[in-house]
Amino acid sequence: MKELFETTASRRAFMGLFAGGVAAAAVQPAVAQAVQTSARIVIIGAGAAGTSLANRLVERLDGADITILDPSATHLYQPGLSLVAAGLKPSSYTESQTADWLPSGVSLITEAAAAIDPVAKTVGTSGGQTLAYDFLVVAPGLVLDHDAIEGFSLDMVGSNGIGALYAGPQYAAKTWEAASKFAEEGGVGLFTRPATEMKCAGAPLKHTFLIDDIAKRTAGEGKHEIHYAANNNSLFGVPIVSEKVRMLFEDRGITAQYSHVLKSVDAGAKIATFATPEGDAEMEYDYLHVIPPQRAPDVIRESGLSWADKWTDQGWVEVDMKTLRHLRYPDIFALGDVAGVPKGKTAASVKWQVPVVEDHLVAAINGNEGTAIYDGYTSCPLITRVGRAMLIEFDYRNNLTPSFPGVIAPLEELWISWLMKEVALKATYNAMLRGKA
Amino acid sequence: MEQLTFGTLIAVFEEIFGGVLFWLMVVAAVLVTVAYLYVLVRDRSVSMRKFLLAQLSMPIGAVAAVVFVQVMTHSQLRDIGGPVDLIVVLGIAVVGAIGMAILVYTAQSLLRGKSE
Repeated sequence: MKELFETTASRRAFMGLFAGGVAAAAVQPAVAQAVQTSARIVIIGAGAAGTSLANRLVERLDGADITILDPSATHLYQPGLSLVAAGLKPSSYTESQTADWLPSGVSLITEAAAAIDPVAKTVGTSGGQTLAYDFLVVAPGLVLDHDAIEGFSLDMVGSNGIGALYAGPQYAAKTWEAASKFAEEGGVGLFTRPATEMKCAGAPLKHTFLIDDIAKRTAGEGKHEIHYAANNNSLFGVPIVSEKVRMLFEDRGITAQYSHVLKSVDAGAKIATFATPEGDAEMEYDYLHVIPPQRAPDVIRESGLSWADKWTDQGWVEVDMKTLRHLRYPDIFALGDVAGVPKGKTAASVKWQVPVVEDHLVAAINGNEGTAIYDGYTSCPLITRVGRAMLIEFDYRNNLTPSFPGVIAPLEELWISWLMKEVALKATYNAMLRGKA
Repeated sequence: MEQLTFGTLIAVFEEIFGGVLFWLMVVAAVLVTVAYLYVLVRDRSVSMRKFLLAQLSMPIGAVAAVVFVQVMTHSQLRDIGGPVDLIVVLGIAVVGAIGMAILVYTAQSLLRGKSE
């Protein structure tokens, strides 16, 4: 019961920056004494998960040899990309220096992992180094498979009515160039999502709602025809949320095209082709938002860490969904996008996954079993227009898990939820990176 | 340490207003508060006449605070969607009103001096 209370209390603190969180600010739990160890820990990826874990491990372990691998000098605040692609923030809003977030005492190697040998317990880097490990945390994120969309390439983004906000800050900014032109001139807007697992399944909806709202405010009602192409027969993985989104679409006049997966683009003729159960369907567009299929990086799939019988075209790491520990190699954990668990490719998931891996990893170093459990919690401040959002929180079982039941209703469009997304989230995210939240 | 720390709260406000503007506002708030305490101690009493004007300025402070926060967060009044939003707006208005009252009272006291 105590644990339940603590979980609820801390989630409230996380989400409740505007709801009297100052009282919680005074409470700091006692820090457990650091564990003495000479364990070699390698973390692949210095994104949200890797960075947060590194900062927490440094506090928990004394003497550990922690190495973090990431080829990118730039750290991306990915939840901000939706705002950049709607002209609400500059692309620089999402960018910071990877090294600035890492604690001293951790070695950063600015190379990618090129090979993982889970039997010999080594990681080979793209620069030719070989790192031996006692524990490995795999958190390299995922790969956007743009080539899977025939006729599409990233250099098209920003012109000819094509957007692709997932591709990074510059592309999100270019997406806004194309989207704002569409908002001014009117026409047909097609908003897609892939059929694979994906980062933040709410983001395709957010972009649709935002551009719809901005278009109506810019050129007036009746000048735009907005279509949302869903990959299956629902609009969101959680049924009750899907139903709410269906109602909102009806209210806004957005047409849902079910089971329409973007297959190819003819940028010259401005025609998009979708795979549907009835065969290919062509649709003309003035604005097309592309989100490509998403997969685990090749190094994961080639090293035998992926599920053999699930997501075989995507290659997510085979982990226990409650502990995020590899099912065949107990000294390997996966975090964030690459983890083969249902749901959970968001920063909010990472926030709840990292302490679980920390607990099991530190316990393993101590020679015992960890007790922390990840229940699939994730949250999505689902923007429904500029100025309003729904604060949707849920778990593996598709249950809504509102942090403030009765105060911030999960399926209600609220200004306070917008404030959380627009202003509170980045600060909380940054605190998470530092291991402080 | 899954707790909201004071540092996080500061970071949230820096995020809303931008680092420079936020700290300028903090400095301004501290200066006004110190000046307010100074005139209270100096005058040894609250001047009702100055207090009246201060009270009259409160609605202006309330509206100004709400408009300021909305501009900073790309929001409008039409975004108020439920009771909790109304509470937030009223909270911002109250803070703005009190801040304005203190500011106006202090400004009068400093400019006009102790005599009425």
